[in-house]
Amino acid sequence: MSTALDAPDRPAVPETFRSVSASRKIKNQAATVLVTLAFLIAVIPLVWLLVSVLVKGIPAIVSADWWTKSLSGVTPDEVRGGVYHAIAGTLIQALIAGIFAVPIGILAAVYLVEYGRGRLAKITSFMVDILSGVPSIVAALFIFALFISILGFDQSGFLVGLALVLLMLPVVIRNTQEMLQLVPDELREAAYALGIPKWKTILRIVLPTALSGTVTGVMLAFARVMGETAPVLVLVGYARAINFNPFQGNMASLPLLIYTELSTNPSAAGQLRIWGGALTLIIIVMIFQIIASVISRFSSISK
Amino acid sequence: MGSVSEPQSPKASPASTGGAGERAFRWLTSGAGLVVVAAVVLIGVFLIVQAVPSLIANHANFFTSAQFNTGDANNLMFGIRDLLVVTLLSSLMALAIAMPVGLGIALFLTQYTPSRLARPFAFVIGVLAAVPSIVYGLWGILVLAPVIEPFAQFLQTYLGWFFLFSPGNISPVLTGTIFTAGIILAIMILPIITATTQEVFRQTPRFQIEAAQALGATRWEVIRMAVLPYGRSGFIAASMLGLGRALGETIAILLVIRASTSPSHGSLFDGGYTFASLIASAASEFSQPLPTGAYIAAGLVLFVLTFVVNAIARVVAGGKVNG
Repeated sequence: MSTALDAPDRPAVPETFRSVSASRKIKNQAATVLVTLAFLIAVIPLVWLLVSVLVKGIPAIVSADWWTKSLSGVTPDEVRGGVYHAIAGTLIQALIAGIFAVPIGILAAVYLVEYGRGRLAKITSFMVDILSGVPSIVAALFIFALFISILGFDQSGFLVGLALVLLMLPVVIRNTQEMLQLVPDELREAAYALGIPKWKTILRIVLPTALSGTVTGVMLAFARVMGETAPVLVLVGYARAINFNPFQGNMASLPLLIYTELSTNPSAAGQLRIWGGALTLIIIVMIFQIIASVISRFSSISK
Repeated sequence: MGSVSEPQSPKASPASTGGAGERAFRWLTSGAGLVVVAAVVLIGVFLIVQAVPSLIANHANFFTSAQFNTGDANNLMFGIRDLLVVTLLSSLMALAIAMPVGLGIALFLTQYTPSRLARPFAFVIGVLAAVPSIVYGLWGILVLAPVIEPFAQFLQTYLGWFFLFSPGNISPVLTGTIFTAGIILAIMILPIITATTQEVFRQTPRFQIEAAQALGATRWEVIRMAVLPYGRSGFIAASMLGLGRALGETIAILLVIRASTSPSHGSLFDGGYTFASLIASAASEFSQPLPTGAYIAAGLVLFVLTFVVNAIARVVAGGKVNG
């Protein structure tokens, strides 16, 4: 106090802001180095994995047959044929899952955001979290226990789709929910002020506003389920030929093709198919991810 | 995926409650919510229904037996001791690696990265999550395992006196062990831990950060005083979600860990099966009800485990983690 009075013109800086001590500086530097390292540690396996899949997979996928032919009539050690049957199977099974999971998921999200009240809403929200943590093998076992053991169905691509519904639902619900939360309340209130009932407001105002975000969530859900292997191991047999009928017969999918070739075919042609299949699967998943992020750019509401 | 949230209070409602359309729509959406509840309940119920006959017919102790013999339907001998050991060892090892690294990445992305780079960097971590698990398994056993073998050898030679690093039950083979699987699982759960933790760190109240800065705190001190205390519960919840994912991972483990004929003695260099990989490995032989029920019983234990872990995550997060 007295110093300030004695020399009022002297700036307060030297006393007020003492320089940061060496130990604090070192700690700060060490923390910066460590967190940067953590990020690099994550990047190394990613780059390494992508490069090895690319290097080993590209020779397989560059042939036109890879995308247009099945492995029907191709012997295991022959470098011929393609994975068209597996790509078709993967897409068909995901589509079946989507047919059920998308409408149910969106409606459940509407319930949680717009109507949810009381105990049922709490339980539902809790169960969505639990469902998102259910391992894919458990979902597959459940479908197996219910449809094959008890109801006596045969293995089929359709049952795989049903198992994928369980894995897709929580992703669709959480993403849609987040988007519905972002729709401004003013929009709802404006509709109510015009005398529009709540359900029409939701269908005509709220859902269209949240549409692009919802589609993004659906695309991400597709990307997630297409790589699932556990359900196809339990619920369907592998076929080397094209089968478009999900209700009957064996049906290939990319994960099942990779697993089958890996466990039964040690030849060079098998190795080529394994890595080609892995690369194809990554490409397809990536396409859905990219579609998702492109659509979210056009979102009419932003976070 | 992997989100924890409390139901928020419902959005505003109009004055009138509407007519038949309103009621129908309300029932439709509630019905969709009920489907989710029913799905989880039914999973539990049907697994129990299918597992009980086999559990009754079991000649071994379900919790303490290390064998899983279902070849003879009239003399079932199965227990989950080894499955539990292998599942927990691989998942906890993954957690031990992924927790500090995930925390570091979340801090790096929220506190150190300039906002211009935050998006592409977060995308990179997102790609880790997009790689299908079968590709991780493939890469893990064919590419990674041979490369880390010398390191595993080193650990076993110099730290072999410690039970985690003692020679395993598939010795002298050192590829395709729980150790290899733990590393693969760590990479797989990293994006889950990072994504959720990052989200909580971003919610740190601005004024707390600014208050710390005003006191002259360095960047690290801001993190220690404001960001970490606020985000601790979210980080723990995120780690629990990662653990849940690791416990249930199927195909990557099935491809990576080698089968073993002798029981586990708790070493990271053991082979064997986790709950999930055992079920998947036997899936093609599911024909007779009693042996199949044995695997469904294992699936039931896995379901309960992941249920508990995810419920803990939700409680710990206490509504802070959202979306």
